[in-house]
Amino acid sequence: MNTAPLLAVDGLGKAFDGLIANRDISFVVHHGEIIGLIGPNGAGKTTLFNCLAGFHTPTTGRIAFEGHDITGSTPEAAAALGIARTFQIVRVFQSMTALENVMVGAMLRNKRVAEARDRAEEELAFVGLSHRAGTPASDLTVSEQKRLEVARALATEPKLILLDEVMAGLNPTEVREASALVHRIHQRGIASIIVEHVMEGIMPIAHRMLVLDYGAKIADGTPAEIAENPAVIAAYLGE
Amino acid sequence: MTTGTTSSRKAPISRKAMGTAALLALAAVLPLAITEPSQQNFLILILMGAQMGVAWNIVGGYAGQVSLGHAVFYGIGAYTSTMLLTTLGLTPWIGALAGGLLAAIFAIAMGWPCFRLKGHYFAMATIAVAEIVQILVTNSDALEGAVGLYLPMDRNGWGWLIFLSKLPYYYVILGLLVLTVLVSWLIERSHIGYYFRAIKDEPEAARALGVSLTRYKLIALSVSAFLTALGGSFYAQKEMFIDPGSVFAGTISIKIALIAILGGVGRLTGPVLGAVILITIEEYSRTLFGSTGSGTDMIIYAAMIILVAVFSPSGVLGLLGDLHRHLGRHLPGTKPAEVKTEKMEIRP
Repeated sequence: MNTAPLLAVDGLGKAFDGLIANRDISFVVHHGEIIGLIGPNGAGKTTLFNCLAGFHTPTTGRIAFEGHDITGSTPEAAAALGIARTFQIVRVFQSMTALENVMVGAMLRNKRVAEARDRAEEELAFVGLSHRAGTPASDLTVSEQKRLEVARALATEPKLILLDEVMAGLNPTEVREASALVHRIHQRGIASIIVEHVMEGIMPIAHRMLVLDYGAKIADGTPAEIAENPAVIAAYLGE
Repeated sequence: MTTGTTSSRKAPISRKAMGTAALLALAAVLPLAITEPSQQNFLILILMGAQMGVAWNIVGGYAGQVSLGHAVFYGIGAYTSTMLLTTLGLTPWIGALAGGLLAAIFAIAMGWPCFRLKGHYFAMATIAVAEIVQILVTNSDALEGAVGLYLPMDRNGWGWLIFLSKLPYYYVILGLLVLTVLVSWLIERSHIGYYFRAIKDEPEAARALGVSLTRYKLIALSVSAFLTALGGSFYAQKEMFIDPGSVFAGTISIKIALIAILGGVGRLTGPVLGAVILITIEEYSRTLFGSTGSGTDMIIYAAMIILVAVFSPSGVLGLLGDLHRHLGRHLPGTKPAEVKTEKMEIRP
């Protein structure tokens, strides 16, 4: 087996015309780990996601995936290597059915339509949307669309999945279901990094939490350690 | 059509196949019933329009990259096969293929920079490219400039694709339309068709799933260009005369796009329906106004664009779908139509 960690981020920084969104962020993610990524609004969580998934080229620093340097790679290359993502504001393919949405994901590994369809049916079942397979994606509820994005990302057979606020706007029952879903993704051996504001959703399941504030990492530890960390409390509650 | 992929995989396909076969049989015998040459010519014009529209739909409809410069491919097809025929004596069977390949290569060369532009800016770039090429051809001595090219009258028959009657032309263009529809249908059913629609709906999400936007947009444009060029070669064979104004003009680009948009983009049958409507209106206005009404085609195109934009952005097919659904809601026992409209409805 490869001894390198699944993901190693070293000194990553990203600036937009002088606005520094990420500064000197370093961390590692191991195979199958569940990482919670939290921080106040504007802390740079989505920017970090965009750098990891190839949507932004970092200004400084390195990103290595299974030991290979992937800094500044394209989103399609990142997907091919095994990094999948969902979007904070859902981006389902509106003119397609739920099943067809997931088929597009499955086609990354298998271009044969019939086989992609079988694979997509499995992933729809995995997120509990089998009964909506033939429904146009535009007719799904927001909560269903978020799960559809997860199924679509899983269909690409990733090693790492980046989940951007999949629990936002969900009711308590749905949050519990979403937590259970993340846990089942972990059981498949897929690592996940989860941006989340819903603490009761993320704290019980995360192995480790990363906390960002003003673009920099201010804490990295177990959920219990994070909850006690003075810097984290200060960032969230103010001085 | 793109619907019915999941719930009903077997039965409707055979029904659709039967419908297609019936339509083909009808198209095959139609000119035997309509023998008047001017009316046969009218049927040929409809098939030519449909073929253009179906070809345009591959890039403009499925992949959502609206080109308003398709005349450049049409012209490349017409000029390549004609030049090869007049200078080298090459049969247009091969000349048309050469034109198609040249158009596809040109599409890749122009798509590479133009696809960096999005939406309206891409459309504007295609207009610019087509206009530039028209000006270059008009000023090219090697291509006889504004004078144009005549096809040799002395060679005719199936080997030269030049005929003294309308009927053979009808079957050639019918065959070309069938080929174009077949290519479209194969694309629609393959992963490429899914990728095109994904790129049209949410390009960023498509990239996150490993879809290379550049690669698939170039595939869409070059396949569309190839088929459009074959249509251009057919035009040359049928008219036996081409000049920049007749095959490279901006009005042709508008007409090609309009046929697809009018019928309903992103669906196989849309452009065919669009061609029937547009060509019919065009020809009736021609007999009505005669040669004094030059420019009426532009007025008609403008009117059509306004009507489609205001009343049915999803084209006539979308309109029919809405109507069917509307009726279905009021008539108990009838199933609402499964026609999917391109226009988005507001989410709950």
